[in-house]
Formats: sequence, structure tokens, C-alpha cells
Amino acid sequence: MKNRIWNDRRIEELIGYLLITGVLLSAFIVLTGGVIYLVRHGSETPDYHTFRGEPEYLRNVRGLFSMESLHHGRGLIQLGLVLLVFTPIARVAFAMVGFSMERDWMYASISVVVLAVLVLSFTSA
Amino acid sequence: MNILEFALAVGIVSFAAGMLGALTGLGGGVVVVPVLALGFGVDLHYAIGASLVSVIATSSGAAAAYVREGYSNIRVGMFLEIATSTGAILGAFLATRVPTASIAIVFGIVLLYSAYQSLSPQKHDEGEAGPPDPLAQRLKLDATYPTPEGPHSYGVRGVPLGFGLMIGAGTLSGLLGIGSGALKVLAMDRAMHLPFKVSTTTSNFMIGVTAAASAGIYLSRGYVDPGLSMPVMLGVLAGSLVGARILMRAGVRVLRLVFSVVIVVMAVEMIYNGLTGKL
Repeated sequence: MKNRIWNDRRIEELIGYLLITGVLLSAFIVLTGGVIYLVRHGSETPDYHTFRGEPEYLRNVRGLFSMESLHHGRGLIQLGLVLLVFTPIARVAFAMVGFSMERDWMYASISVVVLAVLVLSFTSA
Repeated sequence: MNILEFALAVGIVSFAAGMLGALTGLGGGVVVVPVLALGFGVDLHYAIGASLVSVIATSSGAAAAYVREGYSNIRVGMFLEIATSTGAILGAFLATRVPTASIAIVFGIVLLYSAYQSLSPQKHDEGEAGPPDPLAQRLKLDATYPTPEGPHSYGVRGVPLGFGLMIGAGTLSGLLGIGSGALKVLAMDRAMHLPFKVSTTTSNFMIGVTAAASAGIYLSRGYVDPGLSMPVMLGVLAGSLVGARILMRAGVRVLRLVFSVVIVVMAVEMIYNGLTGKL
């Protein structure tokens, strides 16, 4: 990355770093939460035979940042998973920036459309 | 079996799922859903939630390597994501209006046929040469990818057909929840004549975005269980990083074989789910 010129090669490298940073960071949070969860509940019996759905605080982003969530291993895991979900979305947002810097307006617009559809599907949930 | 043993067992299976997912461009869901549902007796809702997590983990983990090394074609990926994401919305809209079970059976049969077809090596496996396609040129899709002999340039064909198939792939993923990776690879391989490694790695690059689009819905419905998703995510991620290393060294013939086998498994799953009305 010696040259400061924006080209496809540089966008690819930066997207690569963005993706690996996103997954490793979320994996670290999931792992931390997982250790807490296993230390506290590891000897209990798993029960996934019937679907009950998750408690409210594990279902939305606001709940995940509540005190109730952060004190539980499960809340921390869920926070890591949400970060994982945001990684590909951040990738699209970054591609939009990268293509704009490259002055490739066609692909900058394509990225905007993809990002818009993503945001739409996420907020309508 | 207590929770600790359960997590370890799920983690090991997920490792294999992530490796296969990264090698084939299909994501880890093909393996994760049936193993959790049939092998561990996990309710299908939780299994689907975990599968979604596994697809994003495979996609992002392996794509980091594929993009940096120049295998994934990011322009082809971004361009086709318009088709898949629009298709996904269409699929979600149609989901309550069409018989998903019969669609799954038809899709399963199509996959069986594609698996048989995918076994035979293609002329374009190492890259399509010949005169460039004007539309692909205008969209700047032609590129190069790494081979043992150095960067190899290839042309892209059949852009309209590929785009159309991607709308279909997106619609199916909105309708059935899984299976979009298979159509993505097939569309890029069969219709657009991309080198096989570019097809699978670009599919791998794209499936994370397709999955992220439906993640909000699954999360808010409570399908994503942290206790179950934790070993799935960690196992799949580790597996996908190993799978990515293998793909870069592997020959196309082996990759085609692995792809075809996984597609057959997926087809059987689809038909089984359709017949038992689990969709």
C-alpha cells in the first residue's frame, strides 16, 4: 500500500482487512461470552428440542447493550454475532467509499443501491 | 451430554462445515442445518438461525483471504448483488403466496442435474479467452486471477443471463432460506464462463451480504440462540480459514468433485424437506 492511488488492488486489500478485522473482533467477543457461558452453565443439559424463541433482550440491538445483557455470557455472545452480521454490510459501505475515491461512479452507484436494499431489509425487520 | 460436551461436538462439526463451505462457495448451512436438526435433535428454527450465522462467518472469514489474493471478482460480486438482493425482497414477498414445498422439490431436482453437469471440466475453467464481450467490457467485469503460473486474465460472458439467474438465486434464498450459493456458483460458472475458482470465491464473497439481508428478521424472531450459535460461529470461522488455504492450492478437478457432492447432499435435503413439508 505504498502508493496512495486508489485502484481495485487497493480496494481489495482494504476490504480483505476490513472483513478479517470484523470476523476476528466478533469471534473474540463470542469467545469471551462463550467462556463465561460455559463456566456458568457448562454442566447443565442443553435443550434445543422445542422452539421457544429468545428473550426480548437478545432480539434487538438496544437490548444487547443493556446491563442485563452485558452481565450474561449469552448477551455477550449475541453482541458478537450482531457485529458479525454487520461485517458484510460494512464491506458494502466501504466498497461505496472505495469506488468513489477511484472515481468509478458506476460502481459507487451500484454499491449505494446494494447498501440501500440491505438497510431497507434490516430496518423493516 | 452436558452443554460443554454439546458445544464441543457442535464446534467440531461446524469446523468441517466451514471448510466445505469455503471450498465450494456454498457457505456452511448445507452441513449445519441437517446435522443440528437430525443429529443433535435441535429444533429447525434454531438450526436455521445458526445456519445463517455460519454462512456469514464462512463468507467473511474466507472472503478476507480470497479478496486480498485477488480470486474473488469484486465488480462481478457487487454488480450481481443488485440482482440477488432485489430477488431476496421478491422472495420474501412471494413466500406467503406460493407453495414453497413444491418449489423446494423442483429446485432439488434442478440441483441434482446441475451436480451431474458440474462434474465435467469446462473449457473456461482456467479463464475464458477469445474476443471480449461488449457488455462485460462496459461494466468492467473482465479481470485476472492468480494461478501457479502467475496472474491469468479472463473474460466474462452472458451478463444478462447471469444477472437473471441471480435474481432467481435471490428469490429462492428469500423463499427457502437456503440454497442461494449453489445457484450463484452455477450462474457464474455456466452462464458467465468465469474460471471455476473465481465462481466459487465470488459466490463466497456474495453470500454474506445475502445472509445479512435476512439476519435482521431471524434475529428479531428469536431464531438466533447464543448458546448454540457460539460453537457454530467459532467452528465455522476456523474451518473457513483452513478451507480458504486449501482452495488456493487445490486443482479445479478436485474442487468440482467436492462441489458436486455437496450439491447432491443439498438437493436431497431440499427434496426431503419439500416432501416432509418442513419448509
